[in-house]
Amino acid sequence: MAFFDVFKRRHAETSAGGAPGDRGLLIFENTSEVIRAERVLKARGWEIRVMGPPPEIRSGCDLVIEIPLIEELNILRSLQEAGVLPKDVVPVTSPLLKPVDLFKVKELDRYLMVRAANMKLTVDKETKTIVNVSGGGCPDVPYLAQEMVGKTLMEAPSPREIGHTLCGYALQLAYKEATRRCTQ
Amino acid sequence: MHAIVGTIPREQFPLIPGEVGLMDNELCIGGNRVPVNRGTPALLAAAIKAGELLGLPAPYGYVVGDIGHGDGSRRLYEYLTLHLPQSDFESITLHYLLPDVNWHNRVLAKLDEAVRRPRLIADAGFMYAAKMSGKSLQYDLFTPDIGELAFLADEEAPHPFYTRGFILHEESRVPDLISRAYAHNNAARHLLVKGEKDYIANEKGIQAIIDQPVEEAMEVIGGTGDTLTGIVTALIDTGMEIIEAASVAARANRLAGYYAKPNAATQVIEIVNHIPKALEEVLGENERGAPWEELSQGESA
Repeated sequence: MAFFDVFKRRHAETSAGGAPGDRGLLIFENTSEVIRAERVLKARGWEIRVMGPPPEIRSGCDLVIEIPLIEELNILRSLQEAGVLPKDVVPVTSPLLKPVDLFKVKELDRYLMVRAANMKLTVDKETKTIVNVSGGGCPDVPYLAQEMVGKTLMEAPSPREIGHTLCGYALQLAYKEATRRCTQ
Repeated sequence: MHAIVGTIPREQFPLIPGEVGLMDNELCIGGNRVPVNRGTPALLAAAIKAGELLGLPAPYGYVVGDIGHGDGSRRLYEYLTLHLPQSDFESITLHYLLPDVNWHNRVLAKLDEAVRRPRLIADAGFMYAAKMSGKSLQYDLFTPDIGELAFLADEEAPHPFYTRGFILHEESRVPDLISRAYAHNNAARHLLVKGEKDYIANEKGIQAIIDQPVEEAMEVIGGTGDTLTGIVTALIDTGMEIIEAASVAARANRLAGYYAKPNAATQVIEIVNHIPKALEEVLGENERGAPWEELSQGESA
């Protein structure tokens, strides 16, 4: 849940404060590790945020965790205890990318479609059943669709739990927004 | 012959190169059966159905299981670098893989060593990696949807998730987004943009707009973009020029959707089964004169 709070703070210049030189980046093997580490650090009260990496360390489908560098050792200790150490820690030297934070919502008879970035999730408003998942290009999208379609919003696993990529994150946003709208 | 590269949403599915068939609404590859939902299985199924009508051999698939960890994708990337130099395909469609620029560049370099340079079509994760590599113009066709077009148009974004907010993902902005994508060399030589209207473009601008028939539910049905990419893959394999192939494919995909009488809960296999009838009808129309030119009148191209 914590990662998605980033979207609530869309107007904040830096959620954790401090100049870029004070910040460091935790780089992980894959996005699944990023989300595990984020949960650990948020649960322990660290002021961190999940962001897109700077150009020099991008590989294609990445997230990094921005931390206060001064706390590096303590943070690494927390992560070591949780068994999710980063593969590298580097200082922030250039602006980080912010994730998309816009939704498009469309009603089709009894169905509601919510799009976040490149991912769309469609729900039957009467039964709350997820009837379709579309968009995206990362390999967890067909898997997420397979696991979610045909289940209600309450029964279905959330993309945050079983997704692994940025498309999975985008689908989580659509899922969260659809849940909010269908339970109002 | 055309090759199709992508992933199957099963963790333990092995890496399989081989001809792909379709039986009882399931893909058959290397003794395995895979349901046709969305993603690469939907693309393969559509290419098979279109290919049957066009008299093409079954597509050659390079598939592997991957549910998002990327391990399957990386094995497939490596396999391609080892085996594509010996290949002799007319076209290759690269689809759902975990985007990885380094592996993308290695695969692209190996394609230059192939017996002949195939026509290259990219969609989904492989298109993301192609754009990020700065080598989009080495591709013959990208098939983005509107959100992905906005990503191509944003020279800074490494993934659609990071498309900057001022680059709006709106249908009315499509011509501007296409221009911007070409201005920054982030589009392939041709674009087939999938949406409420389908736009076919190249660096000179929009060449055709396909907007009939309209089935509003198609937008939300997972896999309808994949089926469009599958149909255009088969048409390009016949030697058809890309703008014509994209126009025929877009119209046929819409017509297949129309015949399926879909609602938002329709699954893509119901549309796949109407592709032969739809494609046959569109090819007949095409022989009598492309109907989309009339449909496009009044559009700014």
